[in-house]
Amino acid sequence: MRHTSQTRREIFETRQRRRANLLAAGSTAAVLLALVLLVPRAPGWDAVQRAFFDGQIFLDTLPGLARAFVLDVAIFAWCAPLIALLGLAAAIARGIRRPALTPLRLAAIAYIDIFRGLPVILVIYLVGFGIPGLGLPRPWNSPYLWGSVALVLVYSAYVAEVIRSGIESIHECQRAAALSLGLSEAHVMRDVILPQAVRRVVPANMNLLIALQKDVALLSFIGPVEIFRQAGVYKSLLANFTPYVGAALIFLAVTIPATRYADHLLARQQRARS
Amino acid sequence: MGLLDLQGVTKSFGDTPVIRGIDLAIDEGSLTCLIGASGSGKSTLLRIMNLLEPIDEGAVLLDGQDISQPGLDPQPIRQRIGIVFQSYNLFPHMTAAENVMLAPRRIKHLSRAELQAPVTALFDRFGLTDRMDRYPDQLSGGQQQRVAILRALAMQPQIMLFDEITSALDPELVGEVLDVLRQLRDDGMTMVLATHEMGFARALADRVCFLDQGRIAEEGRPAQVFGNPRHERTRAFLHRVL
Repeated sequence: MRHTSQTRREIFETRQRRRANLLAAGSTAAVLLALVLLVPRAPGWDAVQRAFFDGQIFLDTLPGLARAFVLDVAIFAWCAPLIALLGLAAAIARGIRRPALTPLRLAAIAYIDIFRGLPVILVIYLVGFGIPGLGLPRPWNSPYLWGSVALVLVYSAYVAEVIRSGIESIHECQRAAALSLGLSEAHVMRDVILPQAVRRVVPANMNLLIALQKDVALLSFIGPVEIFRQAGVYKSLLANFTPYVGAALIFLAVTIPATRYADHLLARQQRARS
Repeated sequence: MGLLDLQGVTKSFGDTPVIRGIDLAIDEGSLTCLIGASGSGKSTLLRIMNLLEPIDEGAVLLDGQDISQPGLDPQPIRQRIGIVFQSYNLFPHMTAAENVMLAPRRIKHLSRAELQAPVTALFDRFGLTDRMDRYPDQLSGGQQQRVAILRALAMQPQIMLFDEITSALDPELVGEVLDVLRQLRDDGMTMVLATHEMGFARALADRVCFLDQGRIAEEGRPAQVFGNPRHERTRAFLHRVL
């Protein structure tokens, strides 16, 4: 008899758990019911439903939106590795101790401060309109190119700060141990400090990647017809906002799994460290 | 003159003097034990010998060469003087074997393949063959500390420094680490040991130095320092720890 072999504590905890689950399910159901019953009673609901939740328009525009989203993914895909490289380089440059290389260190500090301090959209406008405005020949006037450059500049500054925090979290003892073997400063950084630091900040960088995936949509303001701009085209064509809802759902389909995965990585790391 | 000579060495951290004029000659092939209370300067003295701490006054000579002069490149010196720390400080992202191979790979430009045989032999000698491919967090404290010793040995240093290497270990693991030291002593390795293991110091040291407030208050053969201490502070210290 398995049940009678439960301890008193186990029986108590099972009952507690059942109670907690019931309460959670009950309160969630109550809130959902209230939303479903109350929102349609709002005076403008019929108009909103027609403008934002038109099922036929949703189905008609979704394939076009998905095709446009491929461009978002492509921009993301070529920006991400560049951001990793530039972010790492800026983080290393910022931590340089050699006096002769001080200009490099100051440049890294200035770069990080400036691009972390500006709104992304402002950088996209300045770089995306400003540089092609110089009258460069094709393909050097492409908004894809300069929009991507703007994203890389902004996100590398964030990644640099995250990596730097990782470098500083490595205990001084690791440095001392590596130096005591006779390794050079460069090897200590490359072989001992950086591999540990980068691993430690993977979850934080995952969050930045998710933010980048969303900010790709900002490039639509300087030209590229990616998903957000495509939704705008459909909106004008059909005089209906439903394509925006479709675009939002497509973004969520990517970002929610990515967020969960980042959380999973973070949780695993915290378990490993405790 | 010894293999390593300290002459009138002083060192302060800010306004706090930690080493107040130490003369010490380490003879080749000898085992020197530094004893004394926490804060008496034992660890700092070892870090000075490995050039991890610059000194204020005095000189440190290795084979007659002044290695303490400011501006000297410390890397080639550190390759000749190994140090092992209380907290092991193994590199957690590398296996035990990779920890040991890192310095020879980077400094002597040897490949992993070239190092496989000598490193395996090193692990064999100290009974760690089956731990070569483990990561540090898969090893016991005693095993980690033994790997840390191998890592320092891999550069074939002339002198090995040990900074209270058994202090962080559970009592039942101290023995296996001390056994490694015995083996090294039998090989004729020149060793300097900051330690609280009075039994070990008494049995194996050629010379014991009692540090007190940054000075060597008393030194001599273990039988003399432990059996018949001349200095009042030595007597008080030994009374507390024995």
